[in-house]
Amino acid sequence: MLTKPDVKPSGEGAGDSAEALVEVADLEVHFGLRGSLLGRFGGKAAGAVKAVDGVNLTLRKGEVLGLVGESGSGKTTLGRTLIGLNKATGGSIRYRGQEISGLGERALRPLRRKLQMVFQDPHASLNPAMDIRTAVGHPLRIHGLVDSEQEYDARVTDALERVGLTPPERYLGKFPADLSGGQKQRAVLARAIIAEPELLVADEPISMLDMSVRAKILQLMLDLKRDLDLTYVYVTHDLASAKFFCDTIAIMYLGRIVEYGPTEQVFADPQHPYTKALLAAIPEPDPRLAVERELPRGEIPDAAAPPLGCAFHPRCPVAVAECGWEARDLRALLERRWLDLPPETSAAEKALLGNFDEPAAPGLGTVSIAPGRSHTAEDVLEYLRRLREEASASDPREPFWRGVVSMHAESGRAVVEFAPPRDPRLDLIPKTGVQVACHLHQHAASAQGT
Amino acid sequence: MAQTTPTAPVGETPAGPPLPAPRSARFGGLRRIWAAIREARGVPRFMLWTGAVISALFVILALFGPLIAPYGFDTYQSGGTRFPKQGAPDGDHWFGTTVQSLDVLSRTVYGARTALEVMVLAVVFSLVIGVLLGLLSGYFGGWLDRILVLVMDALFAFPYLLLAIVAGFVFAGIAGGSIITAALSITVVYIPQYFRVVRASALSAREATFVEAARAMGAKPSVVIRKYLFGNVIQSVPVITTMNAADAIATLAGLGFLGLGIQPTDAAEWGYDLSRAIDDVNAGMWWTCLYPGLAMIIAILGFTLLGEGLNDVLNPTMRRRRISKVLLPAHTRRRTVDATEGTAAE
Amino acid sequence: MSTVTEPMNRTADPVLSVRDLRVWYGTERGPVRAVDGVSFDVRPGETLGLVGESGCGKSTLGRGVLGLTPAAAAVDGDVRLNSKGGAGRNLTELSDREIQQLRGPELGLIFQEPMTRLNPLMRISQHFEEALHTHHKGLPKKEVKARALEALRGMGIPESRYENYPHEFSGGMRQRIMIALALVLRPAFIVADEPTTALDVLVEAQIIRILADLRKNFDTSLVLITHNLGIVAEACDRVAVMYAGHIVEQGDARTVFADPQHPYTKELLRSTISLSTTGLHFIPGSPPDLVQPPEGCRFHPRCPVAMVGCATVEPPEVTLPSGVRSTCWQQAVEVDPSLADELGTGGREPLAAVKEISVADEA
Repeated sequence: MLTKPDVKPSGEGAGDSAEALVEVADLEVHFGLRGSLLGRFGGKAAGAVKAVDGVNLTLRKGEVLGLVGESGSGKTTLGRTLIGLNKATGGSIRYRGQEISGLGERALRPLRRKLQMVFQDPHASLNPAMDIRTAVGHPLRIHGLVDSEQEYDARVTDALERVGLTPPERYLGKFPADLSGGQKQRAVLARAIIAEPELLVADEPISMLDMSVRAKILQLMLDLKRDLDLTYVYVTHDLASAKFFCDTIAIMYLGRIVEYGPTEQVFADPQHPYTKALLAAIPEPDPRLAVERELPRGEIPDAAAPPLGCAFHPRCPVAVAECGWEARDLRALLERRWLDLPPETSAAEKALLGNFDEPAAPGLGTVSIAPGRSHTAEDVLEYLRRLREEASASDPREPFWRGVVSMHAESGRAVVEFAPPRDPRLDLIPKTGVQVACHLHQHAASAQGT
Repeated sequence: MAQTTPTAPVGETPAGPPLPAPRSARFGGLRRIWAAIREARGVPRFMLWTGAVISALFVILALFGPLIAPYGFDTYQSGGTRFPKQGAPDGDHWFGTTVQSLDVLSRTVYGARTALEVMVLAVVFSLVIGVLLGLLSGYFGGWLDRILVLVMDALFAFPYLLLAIVAGFVFAGIAGGSIITAALSITVVYIPQYFRVVRASALSAREATFVEAARAMGAKPSVVIRKYLFGNVIQSVPVITTMNAADAIATLAGLGFLGLGIQPTDAAEWGYDLSRAIDDVNAGMWWTCLYPGLAMIIAILGFTLLGEGLNDVLNPTMRRRRISKVLLPAHTRRRTVDATEGTAAE
Repeated sequence: MSTVTEPMNRTADPVLSVRDLRVWYGTERGPVRAVDGVSFDVRPGETLGLVGESGCGKSTLGRGVLGLTPAAAAVDGDVRLNSKGGAGRNLTELSDREIQQLRGPELGLIFQEPMTRLNPLMRISQHFEEALHTHHKGLPKKEVKARALEALRGMGIPESRYENYPHEFSGGMRQRIMIALALVLRPAFIVADEPTTALDVLVEAQIIRILADLRKNFDTSLVLITHNLGIVAEACDRVAVMYAGHIVEQGDARTVFADPQHPYTKELLRSTISLSTTGLHFIPGSPPDLVQPPEGCRFHPRCPVAMVGCATVEPPEVTLPSGVRSTCWQQAVEVDPSLADELGTGGREPLAAVKEISVADEA
């Protein structure tokens, strides 16, 4: 159903000639939610959080893939699942053709040597009770890669030198508490590369470090990749470092990839409204380059009750009818409106509506609103129609009303019906190699086609 | 900076303290304990060192008991002459003699020996069993954890002396009224304490990133427990150990007092001596109960002080950084050069 | 009751004026000179950005100004609060009780981690009631609610959430609540210590927008402590760059970022990764140990343009024609060549020590 992306890792002429190291198809990672006490006794999960929900990726040897998104986007879960630290609940992950998504802990252990991870917090990634010599060399012992103490010491010294902890003798006997944040992350990197891995998943490796150290660690990672022929998955919320560091970039939102393609292309011409918003949100230190920008409202929604259709639609400034408008959005719209009004006016408007808490439930395609005391359904409809008219005149236009199919009175209540939601598919944009999951793009594409 | 594990305060400069030999790596946890002890100041320092000195004296007394005590613990005669019965302290018997003509000084000294033996055995047994079970329970969780927690909580819910008495009866049937029996019955009381503390810290350490990193490296659970959990979990143990040591002396004496501990023919025991001395007090003979009682109080005090001191020093929530008042030297204001004025003047 | 908001005036007297402030901490190794002779002004409605690497004394300075330093710290210098309630008093000389009374109605603080400052057992309404009642005893309940809702509305929190508990809000919402709590007493001066570090990019941008709008809507002066230079460029009128307990450069934010003067500011800007980054650059070494800071200019061991004299003689503060003040010998000698004599013979020769710093000697 989905076309493979035409990924060209920069630095290599023909992208397709590089072998695929990891292939991910329809990957799903769902976490069961613990429900009520009774539900737990019954063994029933209250629901599932779709941390990763149908992801397709191909990671080529020598590529740097950036997984970018806010917290709650599933980027970290995806990165961890790639190397088997989280269990996939569906789909497949193939590492060099071998299916690894269903493997148990024991079967994965030999593979761990080749699939390494660098965690976000360098202060917590090293055992505080273990010195650097033991910590960095531990993968060698675990996988039985050395025969003698001399060989062990030589490999550890070599790894420390590679990550810039020189002279190594100075660091061998130290404990993590003796090292600074940057030094710890270097030690973590030394531990990650000592067993000669192929794939390194780096989960926000620089976000906990001081500004002036970040560039050093990124440079080190680039050097290591060049010297050791590594492939990286770089998980981050920082688009600026991803732009510099990655060959390919996947923008994630609420468990799905919304835009995926070569970094240069994605940054030069972002397609998805979410990508555009993320790019606009980065503060620019050079005042000559700073521009006024439009920020999306609100925050990333709760993954346990995701919005219908496109998950980004409640925050999207350009959403269309089929993006998945629902009852919750009406409530949010009204609350936003009342924030800007004087308290008396908003109180008067609130009095029009009888059951204001009802439209808060997720996933309602229609909502019926009881009129408030001494008001009729017609009053409510009139109010909503007035809002729609005001909105059509405003700039930027409120996209919510595009999703409203009909408003009518029914047995004394005002009923608002929304357009049926459609999930946006990840579609390839010809020539650019970028895939994007947005109805707007599909509209544009079909318009061109006819 | 986010610090998930309590660490001893260490200078923040990259140039850290002098390097320990790489071999000491295994005792990283102990090294930090020692560093914290050295940095202790004020009341905790006083408690720690007073407790340590008293405890050390007690240990010396116990170890060299046969050399220090003038007679054996069950000696009631010397050179064929029987010791006086209930004799007041004098030159031959500094602490007097008991109704059985036993030398109180010797019995007190030998009592220390018994107390130490039972204490060490009880603490070692409960430490090994409690820490091991706590680690397994905390790391693996699941049904093993549930069962162990249930058993331990049940043990914990018993009044400890009652539990020791019951255990004493059970073990006495197997091993007789020996030192081992006393130690085992006390062990049962302390295992839940180690189990709880170790399980709790293993539970939190299990979620630590470094444990996950170990998993990501491909380490087996046994390796993770030995190399990553143990060193971090063990830090809370020394405090309980010293507190338990103090408690073990009291429990042993309690058992002895009730006549359930060690058989009087096997060893001298303070609690037993005290119970025998009760009647003497009414008869105005203070020495038979004063000395064993005093020895017991001092020994318990020593270990309690040591434990409390250690707790103050090692427990990060209790620890306060020593602060020294700063005296600011006179400030020399920075010179200023004003280019705007300069250009205006020219 | 309410403070009369006057139109923002650039040339108005500073609401806060700090002169030669020093905050030294006592440690076992000796005093840490976290803030060591710092002078700056904050005018009404102005936002001052305070930037620098970790361990440069930014947070200490922020807390020192508010009198929130630990008992073991020694503070001297002049922190004059010229607001209505401050009445030109020197905050470093006030008793704990006196400054406690100023905190809230005159001085506000916004923290990095909002969740640690909100009581999880108290509703948002109770937080506001407590804040308002502490400083305005006898304020009627209706008035409390009206003021609280007004502050919350300004932060985009709907009225329907007023009775919720802190855990029912997202991280961004909590930070908004914290800001509303700080603003509800209408303080003249607020210190915001890394208010967006724990937040996501988009939410961070929203909060920065709110902070930038503060000066328009509330006429509140703000000191914004951050390590993110982009945020300063975005939200601040003026910027002060801190290094090793000193302010090495301060001036109009646009001017400083467009044409940085001090080598540290230049290096800091170059090492920041932004969307326009095409090559990685970094400052060698790490900020010095403030127990024994380097002689002369404290930045000289890492400075790419250090001269021999920089290692021994402390540089003067140079006020440049643009109004930017930079504490560097380079500018001093440029402005007044006669000062070069003070650097000693051969004092202007380049200092070659920079390259010897190991890559790993970093923070």
